Amino acid sequence: MYHDNDRSKLFTRRAMMLAGGKATLMGALAARMYYLQVMEADKYAVQAEDNRISTRLLAPPRGLILDRNGIAMAVNQHNYRVMVVAEQTPSLDYTLDALSKIITIGDGDRARIHKEVRRRRSFVPLSVRENLTWEEVARVEVNAADLPGVVIDVGQSRYYPLESLGAHILGYVSAVSENELSGDPLEELPGFRIGKGGVERIYDMALRGRHGTSTLEVNSVGRVIRELERKEGEPGIDLNLTLDMKLQEYAAQRLGDESAAVVVMDIHTGDVLVMASTPSFDPNSFNRGLSNEEWKDLSTNPRSPLTNKAIGGTFAPGSTFKMLTALAALEARDITPEMRVFCSGHTQLGSIKFHCWKKEGHGAQDLVNGIKNSCDVYFYEVARRVGYEKIAEMAKKFGLGAPTGIDLPGEKAGIIPNKAWKKAALKQPWHPGETLINAIGQGYVTATAMQLATMTARIANGGFAVVPHVARDQISEKTARSRTAPSWPSLDVSRQSLAWVRKGMFAVSNEPGGTAYKARITQEGMWLSGKTGSAQVRRITMRERETGVKKNDQLPWKERDHALFVAYAPEENPRYSIAVIVEHGGGGSAVAAPIARDIMIEVQKRDMARVAADTGGDSIAPDLRRF
Amino acid sequence: MLRPLPRTPSRLNRAEMSMRDKIWQINWSLITVLAAIASVGFATLYSAAQGSMEPWATKQMVRFAVGIGLMISVAMIDLRFWMRHAYTFYAIAFVLLVLVELKGTIGMGAQRWIDLGFIQLQPSEIMKIALILSLARYFHGAGQQEIGRPLFLIPPMIMVFAPAILVLKQPDLGTAMMLVMSSGALFFMAGVRIWKFVVVITGALAAIPVAWQFLREYQKKRVLIFLNPEDDPLGAGYHITQSKIALGSGGLFGKGYMMGTQSRLNFLPEKQTDFIFTMFAEEWGMMGGLVLLGLYALLLAYGYAIAIRCRSQFGRLVAHGIATTFFLYFFINTAMVMGLVPVVGVPLPLISYGGTAMLSLLLGWGLVMSAYIHRDIPISRRGMGED
Repeated sequence: MYHDNDRSKLFTRRAMMLAGGKATLMGALAARMYYLQVMEADKYAVQAEDNRISTRLLAPPRGLILDRNGIAMAVNQHNYRVMVVAEQTPSLDYTLDALSKIITIGDGDRARIHKEVRRRRSFVPLSVRENLTWEEVARVEVNAADLPGVVIDVGQSRYYPLESLGAHILGYVSAVSENELSGDPLEELPGFRIGKGGVERIYDMALRGRHGTSTLEVNSVGRVIRELERKEGEPGIDLNLTLDMKLQEYAAQRLGDESAAVVVMDIHTGDVLVMASTPSFDPNSFNRGLSNEEWKDLSTNPRSPLTNKAIGGTFAPGSTFKMLTALAALEARDITPEMRVFCSGHTQLGSIKFHCWKKEGHGAQDLVNGIKNSCDVYFYEVARRVGYEKIAEMAKKFGLGAPTGIDLPGEKAGIIPNKAWKKAALKQPWHPGETLINAIGQGYVTATAMQLATMTARIANGGFAVVPHVARDQISEKTARSRTAPSWPSLDVSRQSLAWVRKGMFAVSNEPGGTAYKARITQEGMWLSGKTGSAQVRRITMRERETGVKKNDQLPWKERDHALFVAYAPEENPRYSIAVIVEHGGGGSAVAAPIARDIMIEVQKRDMARVAADTGGDSIAPDLRRF
Repeated sequence: MLRPLPRTPSRLNRAEMSMRDKIWQINWSLITVLAAIASVGFATLYSAAQGSMEPWATKQMVRFAVGIGLMISVAMIDLRFWMRHAYTFYAIAFVLLVLVELKGTIGMGAQRWIDLGFIQLQPSEIMKIALILSLARYFHGAGQQEIGRPLFLIPPMIMVFAPAILVLKQPDLGTAMMLVMSSGALFFMAGVRIWKFVVVITGALAAIPVAWQFLREYQKKRVLIFLNPEDDPLGAGYHITQSKIALGSGGLFGKGYMMGTQSRLNFLPEKQTDFIFTMFAEEWGMMGGLVLLGLYALLLAYGYAIAIRCRSQFGRLVAHGIATTFFLYFFINTAMVMGLVPVVGVPLPLISYGGTAMLSLLLGWGLVMSAYIHRDIPISRRGMGED
């Protein structure tokens, strides 16, 4: 007994020691619990939410693009996609085989799916094919029972119902490339398209709208359990353009197969009503995906259908430039309108002979006749008097040599050369002869149709620096508000000088013998005043002059003159300006002027119809008293 | 807490107790604590199944009921019976361990079970009890002088390490460590000199670099990840990171019953077994965790009180050994999910879903209760009556 008693005491003592140890360890557990659940609780709570909550973006519908009368130019179409969920299929290959009996699935698609299925979790739907036709959708739905794991999903894709009409203005949409990322989370969405080119690009942010979010509860492998919250985004702003697609259609038809550009704008507001560039392309084909052949056709066509020639094509303005030469001289008081210059068919500067387009000469010419007959010798003399720098200055005032600032991407600046430019660009000094050549819109001078229309508008509106635009509303990043009545800055050109120039332009198309007399508008109240231009693209040699200059139709297309015509109408109270450039079209009077006339008749007809319907009319046109 | 001794004549004849006496001695408050802990388990399993009795809660309740029945049966059986057959049980458990080594059912990449058709037998669980019984018997028969002799300690050492090595080979590091540690506690309680423990522990620490070579690749990884879980946040460190997130986000009062988002959404691995404490602590917070810890402490206190009240060294050692094993279970499990010790597969006693562990633990507490009921019976060295 004593013996066991001894053991019992030892046992109790040691039990207490061990119990103490255990109590200490349990204290450590409690302390750890306190540390994790009280001191670090906030940190873990945040991590737990991160674990659980997954936010997905909802793409808002892209804003529509409409013309000034509400004709839809860009809309959103349902894009039916067929998707497959790998984990719901007995075998992916089996399902794809079954599916390919119903709709066509390319080998490329198949390879892509197999590649993706290995990277994605098995419950993530994989896109098999996009842009299913309604018939294909129906076929898949009917066979749904035999296609486990196959789902039809509806997305949106852009559709341009007018197809090639206005394609250059609209641009197109396509996937975001790496260097286009702006930080908008929408860009991360697979299948998200952004605007490329045209108004789709320049107003992309406004058209996109604001993304919505769907807050989802997900489990540890990312499978969605349920939606906790849904915030719809804001659809993109609908963009109303200043363009009139009916006129645009007429203009495009009138230009036909020519490689040409036409711009019609409101000389007071800067609204662009027509901006046609032919040949054009169908922007929908970009959405569908171009075949190599189609792309080759588009990109190598010498008439460059992908270029918006109205703002992206630069041409020598030819005689349409002469108004600026006249204005520079009038403003500098280096000539008077009455001053006469005798044209014998050519003039001499040093040892070089400068020819007039009319070999036999025009005889004595004053300003109005000089413009009316487009007499080169008259303008050689004017340029000689005023000097080239002042002409360049005047050209810039009227919108040449720099982008007009129209709300479209890809606008070219054109060139208004001067001594400094030549030295910088060509590292050559200025020759006196170049003054004469450039003064009649040849030489280094180039301009776009948009610039010429703007120039004409500024002449017609009394010397205000109107800037063209295609969006009816003032669009900033993500908002739109109506444009206020524009008050353009004055160009500081006297009304008299402008009136004399306009008198010359009136004579061009309304006095017998004027270069565009044959293309005059005879309808009362629609008369137009204009200026022809034929820009040489080749050098005429002395020998050719002796044997007779070749006519345009004897030359290959690439060597023919560019035909140009600028005009404004109606004569009494000008409202619209137009610029027509037909690349390698031949003579301005024979080719470009009739096109301009026809379009301007159409423009004014629609205008009259509108005025008849709504007698309010706008009265922002300044009073332009005629001489 | 402990019932007063019955005023019966058998007090004079302590060697023999009637069945009526024994039933009178059933320690209902101990069973209540066990039931309270098990109920926490039922509730948590119900929550783990997203508010469903299936697949876990019902089965667990049935097991608990069966287990309590077995426990009372074990408690009714004379402590001397257990002592007499201690070595037999040990032998049976050892043979079973060898059997799983030879022909075990492969599961979870480890050979741990024997499929007897009606139950998946896990011999290592049986060994935990059998080892305590046989060590208690061995030390019961030893005098103070004998325990002081190093040679005397060699047989029990073999008794411990032979099964421990077999279990380690399965491989089941957690169980092997528990066998060694609970045996160590028994050695200590038996009166082995403290300096000997110091020598053995120092030797073991020195052997770690050698032992490292014998660890499986995944075990090495686990230890390394434990030392720095951020090394592999999506791989092996994922479990412990997610466990800490779930537990920590529970905060002081928890997210509410059935509202544990982390476990619900499967961020928590094995939420119904080894990581069930995390789930519980996410839903009930630190307060819930402390209550559970308190229940365990209470159970432990019962074990201690019974052990100290026992007249026989065998009863003392068995009661203490079972209590210590129980302590090791819940300490290793909770410390593991809280990131205090490496992740080893040790269930939370009475709460984690699982049959064998539940049964072996209740059998163990049956032995403790048997030690209580037969606390005043003197047991001779050979396991008979009075010396």
